[in-house]
Amino acid sequence: MTPLTRLDDAVQPSAPPAWPSTGDPVVCLRGAAARVGGRTLWRDVDLSVAAGEFVAVLGPNGVGKSTLVKTILGLQPAAAGEVRVLGGRPGRANHRIGYLPQRRGFDATLRIRGVDVVRLGLDGDRWGIPLPGSARFARRRRAAEARVAEVIDLVGATGYAHRPIGQLSGGEQQRLLIAQALVRRPALLLLDEPLDSLDLPNQGAVAALLGHVAHAEGVSVMIVAHDVNPLLAYLDGVVYLAHGAAVTGTPDEVINGPALSRLYGSPVEVLCTSDGRLVVVGAPEPPAVHADRHADRPSGARDGSR
Amino acid sequence: MTALLGPPFLQHALLAGTAIAAAAGLVGYFLVLRAQVFTGDALSHVAFTGALAALAFGLDARVGLFAATIGIAVLMGALGRRGRADDVVIGSVFAWILGMGVFFLTLYTTTRSTANGAAGVTVLFGSIFGLSGAQAGVAAAVAVAVCLGMLLIARPLLFASVDEAVAAARGVPVRLLGYGFLVLVGACTAEATQAVGALLVLGLLAAPAGTAQRLTHRPFLALALSAGLAVAEMWAGLGLSYAIPHTPPSFAILAAAALVYAAVLVAGAVRDRRGRSRQHAVT
Ligand SMILES: Nc1ncnc2c1ncn2[C@@H]1O[C@H](COP(=O)(O)OP(=O)(O)OP(=O)(O)O)[C@@H](O)[C@H]1O
Ligand SMILES: [Mg+2]
Repeated sequence: MTPLTRLDDAVQPSAPPAWPSTGDPVVCLRGAAARVGGRTLWRDVDLSVAAGEFVAVLGPNGVGKSTLVKTILGLQPAAAGEVRVLGGRPGRANHRIGYLPQRRGFDATLRIRGVDVVRLGLDGDRWGIPLPGSARFARRRRAAEARVAEVIDLVGATGYAHRPIGQLSGGEQQRLLIAQALVRRPALLLLDEPLDSLDLPNQGAVAALLGHVAHAEGVSVMIVAHDVNPLLAYLDGVVYLAHGAAVTGTPDEVINGPALSRLYGSPVEVLCTSDGRLVVVGAPEPPAVHADRHADRPSGARDGSR
Repeated sequence: MTALLGPPFLQHALLAGTAIAAAAGLVGYFLVLRAQVFTGDALSHVAFTGALAALAFGLDARVGLFAATIGIAVLMGALGRRGRADDVVIGSVFAWILGMGVFFLTLYTTTRSTANGAAGVTVLFGSIFGLSGAQAGVAAAVAVAVCLGMLLIARPLLFASVDEAVAAARGVPVRLLGYGFLVLVGACTAEATQAVGALLVLGLLAAPAGTAQRLTHRPFLALALSAGLAVAEMWAGLGLSYAIPHTPPSFAILAAAALVYAAVLVAGAVRDRRGRSRQHAVT
């Protein structure tokens, strides 16, 4: 594997290729629909993500973004259409997928170190217990430990990875979980709101890291987000879910007034602030592209004092 | 050689007690980790009822013990979410079960001519010094099987306990593991009831595991430590009870377990305070 740049180092955004590309798709949905509890969340969704592409899934709360991720994982059957993942039916190749579910904090009393949680991402599905034993086992164990240390360093969590995870802050836990999703060198990363509970500098750093993982290592990355701004420089494509349908395309094609107006069926404007941030105005739901959850958190109020 | 280990009843107690303690230590670690200690407590009430029901119907108490604990463990899993019994389910079931136990105790003592009047006390407080060689052998064999089962599922169960959604996506049979674990909890509770009694099972399940989790944050080390501590406390308890007259073994075992836990708690608090005052001095 190519040596990765650490999270703290600047990663130059590479020029995004046109999307969707014509490559063999890692994730492919055709006319897909999702039904949860007898309600159709979205339908007629066409989507294709090739190797090495970085795609954001955007949309207001409750529109079915997490459900889309679960559909790709095979945890939730598609109600209609065709879904293919890594060349097979969803759920068949999940050992090659790194998954970060939507935010769930660990119980404060959980007395397990961060490294152990990351390690479970590597071999937690194996039966039995890790046995200290023969030289062959020892070599494999050292390789595993080296890999775990490598990804923890990559996400910049080395300083606290040996503390009980229940005692870490939400953002620290989140970084360790990103390491857990990366540890097996997956072919596809499915991250459900990984930037949640990270401060602004760390949102930028994680976005850069994921862009690097996608473009330099050829991993397909699909990320659910509420704020597209930290990601914009690295994204190849955007899936915008709203009103039971999806618009897909490059960020420029999707995040603009006419495209979102068509999706919502009412006039929507996308404004660009002087510092390059996008703000969606006029959407029937609360402003969806720019952090609706974090609206109470002024962007300048948190400095990166970590 | 065997004379060194004392009279036969003590040897039987050591044989069964060691295996039972190891099983309780392994099962207890996951009960504490999964915040399911209450499940173990509820199952001990079930154990009481099961044993007395078997006696009331003229069967071996152990048949009732295992049938009741394992059966109810699976039932609690089915009623709870994802193979994890929740507090409301347990709370509703176990008071009712305990009432049944009292009913069976009355039935047993009033209808069976051969009734042993102390049966209720025996089930509640255990009778590890009363085991025959054959009973001790069976108890040890079952406990060893529980240990092997726990070791087999330990890693995926840890994954499922810590990170259920990711484990499920990775193909770990989260639900099935939850049931498998509950069955092992049931079997372990039935075993431990024979050693320390239905009322005191909880101590053997929770104290060594809680101690181990305070001593180390490495999960597999904590698992081994939990089993090791449980065995050591069992030996200490049996030894004390044998050496000091009028000391019931269940009391001695649980006193040892509680003492070690308390010592670790106090040591931890002292260390925390020292660490904090040192930090204070630096800043
Ligand atoms: N198990 C379930 N049973 C019934 N309804 C469900 C279930 N899971 C999700 N839903 C519903 O499906 C809808 C979409 O849920 P989903 O979690 O996919 O939304 P989302 O787009 O990820 O929202 P958010 O931005 O809040 O994470 C919601 O209205 C939710 O209430
Ligand atoms: Mg969601």
